Amino acid sequence: MSEKVLMKGNEAIAEAAIRAGCRHYFGYPITPQTEVAAYMAKRMPKIGGCFLQAESEIAAINMVYGVASAGKRVMTSSSSPGISLKSEGLSYLAGSDLPAFVVNVQRGGPGLGGIQPSQSDYFQSTKGGGHGDYRMIVLAPASVQEMASLTIKGFDLADKYRMTAMILADGTMGQMMEPVELGDVEVKDYDKSWAVTGTKCARPHNIVNSLFLEPEELEKNNFARYERYKAVEENEVLFESYLMDDAEICVVAFGISARVSKNAINEARKQGIKVGMIRPITLWPFPKAPLLAAAGHCHTFLSVEMNMGQMIEDIELAIRCKRPVRLVNRVGGMIPSPEQVLLAIQDADKGGKAS
Amino acid sequence: MMNQILIAGFGGQGVLFAGKFLAYKGLIEGKQVSWLPSYGPEMRGGTANCSVIVGDEPIGSPIVNAPNTLVAMNLPSLQKYENAVVPGGLILVDSTLIAEQVRRTDVRVCYVPATKLANDSGFATLANMILMGKLLKESEDMSFEHTEDALKKVIPARKIDLLGVNLKALETGFAYAE
Amino acid sequence: MIVFQKPKSLCDVPLHYCPGCTHGIIHRLVAEAIDELGIEGETIGVAPVGCAVMAYNYFACDMVEAAHGRAPAVATGLKRADPSKIVFSYQGDGDLASIGTAETVHSATRNENITVIFVNNAIYGMTGGQMAPTTLPGQVTQTSPYGRDVNHCGYPVKISEMLSQLEGPEYIERVAVNNVKNIRNAKKAIKKAFQNQIDGKGFSLIEVISSCPTNWGLSPEKALQWLEENMIPYYPLGVYKDRSAEKEAAEA
Repeated sequence: MSEKVLMKGNEAIAEAAIRAGCRHYFGYPITPQTEVAAYMAKRMPKIGGCFLQAESEIAAINMVYGVASAGKRVMTSSSSPGISLKSEGLSYLAGSDLPAFVVNVQRGGPGLGGIQPSQSDYFQSTKGGGHGDYRMIVLAPASVQEMASLTIKGFDLADKYRMTAMILADGTMGQMMEPVELGDVEVKDYDKSWAVTGTKCARPHNIVNSLFLEPEELEKNNFARYERYKAVEENEVLFESYLMDDAEICVVAFGISARVSKNAINEARKQGIKVGMIRPITLWPFPKAPLLAAAGHCHTFLSVEMNMGQMIEDIELAIRCKRPVRLVNRVGGMIPSPEQVLLAIQDADKGGKAS
Repeated sequence: MMNQILIAGFGGQGVLFAGKFLAYKGLIEGKQVSWLPSYGPEMRGGTANCSVIVGDEPIGSPIVNAPNTLVAMNLPSLQKYENAVVPGGLILVDSTLIAEQVRRTDVRVCYVPATKLANDSGFATLANMILMGKLLKESEDMSFEHTEDALKKVIPARKIDLLGVNLKALETGFAYAE
Repeated sequence: MIVFQKPKSLCDVPLHYCPGCTHGIIHRLVAEAIDELGIEGETIGVAPVGCAVMAYNYFACDMVEAAHGRAPAVATGLKRADPSKIVFSYQGDGDLASIGTAETVHSATRNENITVIFVNNAIYGMTGGQMAPTTLPGQVTQTSPYGRDVNHCGYPVKISEMLSQLEGPEYIERVAVNNVKNIRNAKKAIKKAFQNQIDGKGFSLIEVISSCPTNWGLSPEKALQWLEENMIPYYPLGVYKDRSAEKEAAEA
């Protein structure tokens, strides 16, 4: 067992990526994720890797596209406005079935917004962002340890399913320090015979491409891609269930919102309120089954999120609108307080009993 | 026991470093810890603050909204956070920089002329660690143990020659009696 | 005895280009250079968005199709992933000099060790003949129906002149493919641009002045004549930057 060290979330991502075999990082400065780039700038030259500060977010994601085409592990990181710029590249990565790893340490929006923590890119990351039919695996860490472990997992999932895995964190997760244990990582080998590595004049040329002018062919491609997505939905859902066995109220929250909610749930439990939490760790694939099961014994759901109500739509779909889902939120860089969540739990408790 | 500590002052006063020291000390002692800085433009010139939680239970929110312990290193910080401290909590005040008295009567207050002590002792930049020394003394679940180990973790290798003065500053604060 | 055949580095497939289009010639020159240098098995090409979008079907080496204007960034990634590979991008004027200007300038100023083939025919061909960043003053296109009015939409971008002002790039040359002599020169320049990369010298860009009979509304022959009379005076041919030669001259 390796020693526990204190690390910032952003640094934990960078170190975990290196341990996962990532030797190429491209980025452009933006708060609050700059520590990832700074860490990479320091470490990469010492381990034979490549850190390159690109001229723009757009260039950075296309450099990622280049390395991914060559079959090597590669990443970029940014924060909300920068991810908007990268969205073109995210669509192309999907269209070309390339594995890539992208980090979004969210800040408030829309537009230039602010630099304080936010979760308002939920739609952008889980529903698209770029154009066309595609998905990304979206991982939502709620601790510095998970910033590291989900980074390692993200690289594996990206390679396994030939798609982009994204860490959707927020400014708090990026900036906070917690103990983290970083062991050695076993980097698995994946078949990358599709990569452009030079034909050696010994095989037909490989083409990395997302253009298919024949509609039949493009449709076939989309169908095939969604078969893979289906496998992801079947096999890769991750969530944490907290005090759900006897729960009558179900809090749903991810990232920092889940941390805050835990305080409120513990307090509510002391007051005898039967409340628990389902914390999605993968936002896509979304943990639909456990939520639907919870609808069997919970009279109310609370969606605690730092946006104007984005994940709430997925909760309503997952439970097929069988139970009311209430939004508990702060936006613009504000973080819900445990008291706010507790009040919402107490309110739901009264409302639930009255009805 | 869950010690929720808020350290606040101007950028450059070593607020974040002091917090890291407490977090590492907790880690070495096998406790649950978290450290969360304020970030952004306010770090330059405005108030910088840092939430540190040290406790026995897994930590939920890393944000300290209601501190058990407030370390106020300048007046704006005291004014901003005085009312947030839980009743029965502790406020440490650098009385060299803060001339005002704490108005709350339901908290314990220690006035430590940390900046003056630091200047007098020849380590002018270590008022933060003098306050940390006092914090160790006044917090019921803390002690002076493992301070050197924790310092070794937070002082960068190229500055390790500063270990001695940091230790000295902690001792000065620990021994200070009003 | 075989006196003429397709270069090995071109696939044996029909090209989709319009009659009289000079892309075919430029493809051939690139393929010949790759063949002669014996690098096909180690070469990776990056296709643009524009008329040459399907270049990935034509070059026999490994190919990547990039987003519009991003080929130099994609090429940067490929080269950084494996510096032993020979990486080239093949881009048109809209791709390289409009939407991808930032990627072009910054890969040049980094002296990224890649080869860029820049085909300048002063028009957006693939989308049906709109004004390009390199469309000449007064030139009529679908989106400059009264002729390019420089007071309204500015002047053409002279990429070779512009990039040669940077300290970064190794080699910048402008050539044309309107007659045999110019085609021979173009071949020499393109081969040198690949040789530079093999020698680790850095960023080489060859701007190829090219024709678009279809969208210019001229016969192939007239188009070449128009090229010579209008394009070349505005975009003079020649070497704009050759750092190694400058260095040698300075040392001599």
